[in-house]
Amino acid sequence: MAATQVIRSEWTKIRSVASTVWTLSLAVVVTIALGMLISGLSANEFDNMSERDRLSFDPTFISFAGMSLGQLAMIVFGVLVVSNEYSTGMIRSSLAAVPQRGTFLFSKIAVATGLALVVGLATSFVAFFLGQAMLGEHRAALGDPGVLRAVIGGGLYMTLIAVFSMGVAAMLRSPMLSLGILMPFFFLISNILGNVSATEKLGRYLPDQAGSKIMQVVAPVGDDTPYGPWGGLGIMALWVLAALAGGYATLRKRDA
Amino acid sequence: MIELEGLTKRYGEKVAVNNLTFTVRPGMVTGFLGPNGAGKSTTMRMILGLDRPTAGDVRIDGKHYDQLKDPLTYIGALLEAKAWHGGRSAYNHLLCLAQSNGIPKRRVAEVLETVGLTAVARKKTKGFSMGMGQRLGIAGALLGDPRILMFDEPVNGLDPEGIHWIRNLMKSLAAQGRTVFVSSHLMSEMALTADHLVVIGQGRLLADTTMADFIERNSRSYVRIRTPQRERLLDVLHTAGITAVETGNGTLEVDGGKAEQIGELAARHGVVLHELSPQQASLEEAFMQLTAESVEYHAHSAAPPPGPQAPPPGQQAPPPGQQQWGEGWRRS
Repeated sequence: MAATQVIRSEWTKIRSVASTVWTLSLAVVVTIALGMLISGLSANEFDNMSERDRLSFDPTFISFAGMSLGQLAMIVFGVLVVSNEYSTGMIRSSLAAVPQRGTFLFSKIAVATGLALVVGLATSFVAFFLGQAMLGEHRAALGDPGVLRAVIGGGLYMTLIAVFSMGVAAMLRSPMLSLGILMPFFFLISNILGNVSATEKLGRYLPDQAGSKIMQVVAPVGDDTPYGPWGGLGIMALWVLAALAGGYATLRKRDA
Repeated sequence: MIELEGLTKRYGEKVAVNNLTFTVRPGMVTGFLGPNGAGKSTTMRMILGLDRPTAGDVRIDGKHYDQLKDPLTYIGALLEAKAWHGGRSAYNHLLCLAQSNGIPKRRVAEVLETVGLTAVARKKTKGFSMGMGQRLGIAGALLGDPRILMFDEPVNGLDPEGIHWIRNLMKSLAAQGRTVFVSSHLMSEMALTADHLVVIGQGRLLADTTMADFIERNSRSYVRIRTPQRERLLDVLHTAGITAVETGNGTLEVDGGKAEQIGELAARHGVVLHELSPQQASLEEAFMQLTAESVEYHAHSAAPPPGPQAPPPGQQAPPPGQQQWGEGWRRS
């Protein structure tokens, strides 16, 4: 079984269903539009800010504010790419055609990851440039220290969120169950854990909070996060690897 | 060739497939017969490596399914349940399967033509009728031009023309020397297409025989008689050494093909006959009896299992309540 054959097949699969187009377009539109809106609002608010807030004003990070919502569409993309196989019965055709389950799963994830990376990077750059345009005089430039790293990191962050969702979906198999766990986790639970002082230190190691560090250029005042931007992304990558390992183990041992 | 050896599948306490050993040979249609829930689909999924056997082994041309390079070119299967994404077109569904096995693109158009779906090839499959779905599944099975074909309940949902088409397709595939393994819960369907027959009930092998053998062994012929002079005819038959069984509704049955002899006897003794007709028990009835026995064996395991043969002619009908399921045919 040549992996290139399976990758070509997975590309045909991913481009021939509507959910790929609508989830990814939603991720792009929401991330960019919300980023522009919040950038515009922040520019207006700047004069009313306290000295402390002005010191930690991070125009790059603000232009990525839309990702908090846009990442939910990336999660839906990642979940559907994998769990559609199970909810539609396609998995039986797929595994009859490619009985090497590892080849099947990782070809699928490689194709979906590649697509998410292209879309994620494009979104990140566009969100940055349009967000900076809205910020007017408070804007950052791509050449400023750490900014290019943050913009590329934004694309990587969106990609990793999608891959994490693929791994979780491979473990749980049901789209409803996967979304029912991932959506509230990233939208609510992670925020709550990160903002309550008792759990704040724990919250830092959750995939989204650790990963989003890469998009920060100016650290908040009094920031004592024990890892840097790449360290944070590394923590997120570990979560992704764990989810993928779990997904592979599930696929290997269970009946299709 | 598909070889099963002691193939077993357990789901917790329930045994879905119980120690199946048989071989599906090339050049003929092998029917895989059993009532609903007998374990046919589970067996087929294990052949394809989708479900893992609890015990035993299954090999395709001597190899395990996952050792086959480009498996769709060895064995093509139509599965019972829908196995495609409804949002994808028929063409793209077949294309992604073809690409994964290095099958050329033109083959997709060819099989769509073969099954008669060319006109709807670019339509999303969720709008397909059950019959169109079956045709798409069959197209998927034919895609790799495999030497072995496996069809799970292929006539389900097909119209009469479609049924005729699939029967001829299976026969022609077997005539080309391919291995054709087809499951059904309908004996009548098997009688029309299969050359060899594997019967299972409750996951156990009940018969592995040629179709001709099965027909010969299981089709009982008898003569049905109706007469207003019942007692007189019974006397006449008894004197001639012929045993008749009363079957209710005022009819008598005599085992074997003795219609001429009985007619002559009746004429000689001036007995009026309203009906004298040779009958053949249908294969469907034979199949029901065969599988019913496996059902009863499991349901009343304290009772000794009934023998595989029909009770000897002339035996008293068992009292109601102890009758075997599917035994009613002997009175009809």
